[in-house]
Amino acid sequence: MHGRPRKPEKPENAAASAAKAEKLRLLQSQFLSNHHNRIYTKEALEANAKLLEINPEYYTAWNYRKLAVQHYVAEAGSDPQAIKSVYDEELRVVEAALRQNFKSYGAWHHRKWVLSMGHSSLDQELRLLDKLQQLDSRNFHAWNYRRFLAELLNRSVEDELMHTEDMIGINFSNYSAWHNRSMLLCKQLKENDTGLTSKDVLSNEYELVQNAIFTDPDDQSELIISRKQCQGKCPLYEYRGLNIDLKEFPVVLYFNQAVSGVRSSTVTVKSFNVTWKPLSPSNSLASEIWVAYLNLAGEECHFEGPITVEFCIGQSQGILSSSGSPYGKPLRVAFTVTKEPIRVQDVEGHNPEMVSWEDPNFCADEVDSGVLNSDVSFIKERKENKESTISEWQKDTISKEIAGFRDLLSIKDYKIGKLTLARLLMADDALSFPYGNRSVHSAEVLELLKDLTKSDPTHSRYYEEHISLVLLQQLTSSEEMLRRHLFYFKGANTSSFHKPLCLRLNNLSLSRLGLFNKLLGVQMLDLSNNELQSIEGLEAMQLLSCLNLSKNKLGSFTALEPLRHLKSLKVLNISDNEIGSHSIDTRRYLFSSPLSHNEAVVWDPDVVPSDAASPTNYWEAFMLFKSLKLTQLDTIGNAVDDGRFRSFLVKIMPSLLFLDGQKLV
Amino acid sequence: MEMEMGNSGLAVEKHVQYILSVEKRKDDFVSVVMEHLRLNGAYWGLTTLDLLGKIHAVDVDEVVSWIMACQHESGGFGGNIGHDPHILYTLSAVQVLALFDKIHILDIDKVTNYITKLQNEDGSFSGDMWGEVDTRFSYIAICCLSLLHRLDSINVEKAVDYIVSCKNMDGGFGCTPGGESHAGQIFCCVGALAITGSLDKVDKDLLGWWLCERQVKSGGLNGRPEKLPDVCYSWWVLSSLIMIDRVHWIDKEKLIKFILDCQDTENGGISDRPDDAVDVFHTYFGVAGLSLLEYPGVKPIDPAYALPTDVVNRIFFNG
Repeated sequence: MHGRPRKPEKPENAAASAAKAEKLRLLQSQFLSNHHNRIYTKEALEANAKLLEINPEYYTAWNYRKLAVQHYVAEAGSDPQAIKSVYDEELRVVEAALRQNFKSYGAWHHRKWVLSMGHSSLDQELRLLDKLQQLDSRNFHAWNYRRFLAELLNRSVEDELMHTEDMIGINFSNYSAWHNRSMLLCKQLKENDTGLTSKDVLSNEYELVQNAIFTDPDDQSELIISRKQCQGKCPLYEYRGLNIDLKEFPVVLYFNQAVSGVRSSTVTVKSFNVTWKPLSPSNSLASEIWVAYLNLAGEECHFEGPITVEFCIGQSQGILSSSGSPYGKPLRVAFTVTKEPIRVQDVEGHNPEMVSWEDPNFCADEVDSGVLNSDVSFIKERKENKESTISEWQKDTISKEIAGFRDLLSIKDYKIGKLTLARLLMADDALSFPYGNRSVHSAEVLELLKDLTKSDPTHSRYYEEHISLVLLQQLTSSEEMLRRHLFYFKGANTSSFHKPLCLRLNNLSLSRLGLFNKLLGVQMLDLSNNELQSIEGLEAMQLLSCLNLSKNKLGSFTALEPLRHLKSLKVLNISDNEIGSHSIDTRRYLFSSPLSHNEAVVWDPDVVPSDAASPTNYWEAFMLFKSLKLTQLDTIGNAVDDGRFRSFLVKIMPSLLFLDGQKLV
Repeated sequence: MEMEMGNSGLAVEKHVQYILSVEKRKDDFVSVVMEHLRLNGAYWGLTTLDLLGKIHAVDVDEVVSWIMACQHESGGFGGNIGHDPHILYTLSAVQVLALFDKIHILDIDKVTNYITKLQNEDGSFSGDMWGEVDTRFSYIAICCLSLLHRLDSINVEKAVDYIVSCKNMDGGFGCTPGGESHAGQIFCCVGALAITGSLDKVDKDLLGWWLCERQVKSGGLNGRPEKLPDVCYSWWVLSSLIMIDRVHWIDKEKLIKFILDCQDTENGGISDRPDDAVDVFHTYFGVAGLSLLEYPGVKPIDPAYALPTDVVNRIFFNG
C-alpha cells in the first residue's frame, strides 16, 4: 500500500499476475477450510506457513497457528524437548514472515506470544533484533519488541541506556533512540537507586544533547527532547478583592498546573462554609483554576464594614498534580472585603440601559493600575533549602543553554535553534520573576519570534500566538503600559459607588489570550478588533459582567465554552465574527455536549428546529446560552444570524433586554 | 512560457468510479492479498462515497447482508466472511451500518458484550482473544461503543487512565506505555479522549507543536520526525490538530495542494505520495483530509468518529 510506483500493468505481466493471484487465493481458501475444520496436520501447518510467508498480514492464519500449538503441546505431554521444538518452529515461521514484511503486527505479536510461553531460549533474540534495527533503526515494532525483551530479560536501565547511546552514536537523528532514552531516564530518576541525583543525570543529558545539537543543529530530534527540560515553574498567584456589587463573592485559585483534590478540607476558609469547584472545560475533576463563592449576604455576614477573609491552601494533604506530586508547603492568604449598604433610591425606578462600548464611556482618571497587581498581604512560609538549590541549578543550566544557543545562532541561522532560544529566554524570565511582574528578555524573544514568522511562514500562526502572549506579558507587567488600557466605565447604568473596572485590549492584533491570573479583577473587557479564534482561559475571569468580542475570528458557538462558567456575565457582543461560516468546527470536542459524554441535553423540539440548514448552530447556542442570564447580546455580522435564529435566541433567553441594538418588548 | 504544474481540483467523478471498480474487483492479486481486511476497505470506500455525495451508487442491501455475514458467533466481526473476529473489523462494521442508518439491525448487546470482554484489568483493550494490546484498540472500543450508546458498559475511567499512561514527554502518544509518539497512535488516543470528554488530559500546546512540525517543505505531512510525507497523515495528524484546535498552526493551502497532487486524475484514486500507486485506503484519507480542510464539494467529516458529521449528528442529537 505504500511506496509502490504508479504504472499501468503491462499486458505480458497480466497472465503471470493472474496466476499469482489464483495461487494465493487457493492457499487462503484451503487454509480457511483447515481452520474451520480444526485440521492441524503437518501438511496443513506447512501450507499455512507458506501462506504467512507470502501474506503475513493474514491475521487469521496466526490465530490458527496458536490453536495448532495448543493442540501439539497438549499431545507432547510433559516432554520438554518436544514442546520446545514446537515453539522453535513458530519462531522460525515468524522470522520468515518478518523478512517479507518487518512491519507486520501479526508476526511480531506471534513472536511475543511464543516467548511469553516460556519454553524458548532468549539468547538469540537480542541478536535478531540488532540485525533488524540495522536495516531500519526507526521501526517502532522493533523498538517495542526491544522494550518487551528488556523486561523479559530483566536488563538493567544502564545497559539499555548504553544501547540508546550506541544507536544515537550511529545516527544523531534517530528520534526513536532519543525517545527510548528519555523514557529510560525517567524510569531511572523514578527508581533513584543509583545514588545519582536528578541534577547529575540531567547535567549529563545536557552535555550529550549539546554535542548532538552542535553536530547537526537543523535536526529536530534532540531539540524536541531537550525542550522538556525548559519548563519553568511559577508559583500560585493570589487574587485581590475589589469593590463590586455581588451577593456571592468569587475567590479564584490559579495554580501553575492542573491539580485535583481541592476541597473544603484541603483549602480552608475561616468563618465560611465553601464548596470549591474546578473551572475545567470538560467538567473534569482536575483543573488549573478553582473557584469558591463566598456568600456575603448570608447569615454569616450580618455586620458591616471591612471583613478579613483568611484562607489556607494545603493545610492538610490532598491536593495533587496530574503526575501525583503533592502540593508543597501550606500557604496562608488574607484579603479584605468591605460591605456597603445599598441606598434605597438607587434601586427604585432602576431602568437598565444598553451598554455601549464607545470611547466617551470610559474614564481613565483615578484608575490605580496597582489594583491588578498581585500585591496581596499574606503570610509567606519560608522555603526549604533543598527547593531553592534546585531552582539555582535550573537557572544555571538555562543560562548555560542560552549562552550555547546564542553562540550557535551567531554562526548560522537555524529555525529550531531560534525557537529553542526563545523558549529558554521565556523560561529564564519565568524562573527569575515567578510573579510575572517583570521580564528582561521580552524584546529579544519578540525579535526571535518575528524572525521566525518570516523565515518559517508555514507555522506563522504558531509564532503569532506566542507574540501575542509576550505582548500581553509586557502589558501586564508594566504599570505604565497597563494604565493606558485600564479604565472605569461611566455608562449611565452605573451608580456612583460602582465603577466597573474595564480593560480595553482592542485593536492589538491579539491572536491568543493568556495571563488571566493577572486579570482576575477585571469586570469589563473589550477585545474587539483582534484575531481571536479561541478564548481559552477566560473562564477564570469570574467578575466579568461585560465582554466585547466583536470583529474577531470566532468560528462557532462552541468557541464560547469558557463563558458558560461566567456567572456574572450580562452583556456580550459577538458581532462580526465567523459563526456559521465554517463546515468544520475545531472546538467541537472542547465543548461540553453529548458528543463527548459530558453533558446531556434535553430540549424542547418546538424551540430548536431540526429542519434548519445547520441545526448544530441551534443546539450549540441553546447549550451555551441557557446557562447564562444575559441582558444584552449582539450577534449581527455572523453567517448564522438571520431572522429565524434571532427569534430562537429571544425564546431561549427570557432575561434578554437588548438584541442587536434593539430593545425587546 | 512555464507550464502550470499540479492539478486544478478534485477529480470527484474519477474517484467515485475508481472506488466502485474496486468494490467489484475480487480476483486480482491486490484484492486477494487484502481479502482479510475487506471490511475496513468497505468502510474506506463507502465513507469516501458519502463524503462525495455518492453513497447511493452502491446496493445497500447487498453491502449490509455481506457485512452481517462477517459477524462471528462471539458478536465480533471478521475482516471478511469466515475470518476470525477482531475489534478492528467490528468498528468498521458498525461505522458502515451507521452510514446507512442501519445500526438498529444489530443485536447491540451481542456486539457490546464482545467489546466489553476485551477490556483488561489496567483499562487497556486487547484486539481479540489472543491478547495483543494497543491504544488503537482503546480508541476502537470507545468509538464503537459510543456509536452504539453503550459507552457505560466499559470502565471508562480506567480506559482513560491507560491512554494517559501512554503519553510521552513530547506530548504525543504511543501504542503502549513507553511507545514512541506516532501520528496514528496520537489520533487514536486524542480521539478516545475527545469522545470521553477527557481532552483536558492533553497538553494541547505541546502536542499541537509536535503535530504541526509534521508538515514538510512539500506541504505534505509525515507521521514522525525525519520521515517521508504520506497522504494518510493528512487524516491522522489533521484530525488530531482539529480536535485540539491547533490546525491553524499548519499551512492549510499547501496541504491541500499536496493532497491534490497525489491524485491519479486519469484513472481515479489517490496515492500515498505523488506518482505512487493508488489504493482505497489513501483515497479515503485524502478525501477525508480535504473535508477537514473545508474543501468545496466535500461533505464535512467528524474528526473523532471519522464519519460524516450529519451521520454523527443523527446518532447523538436526534432522539
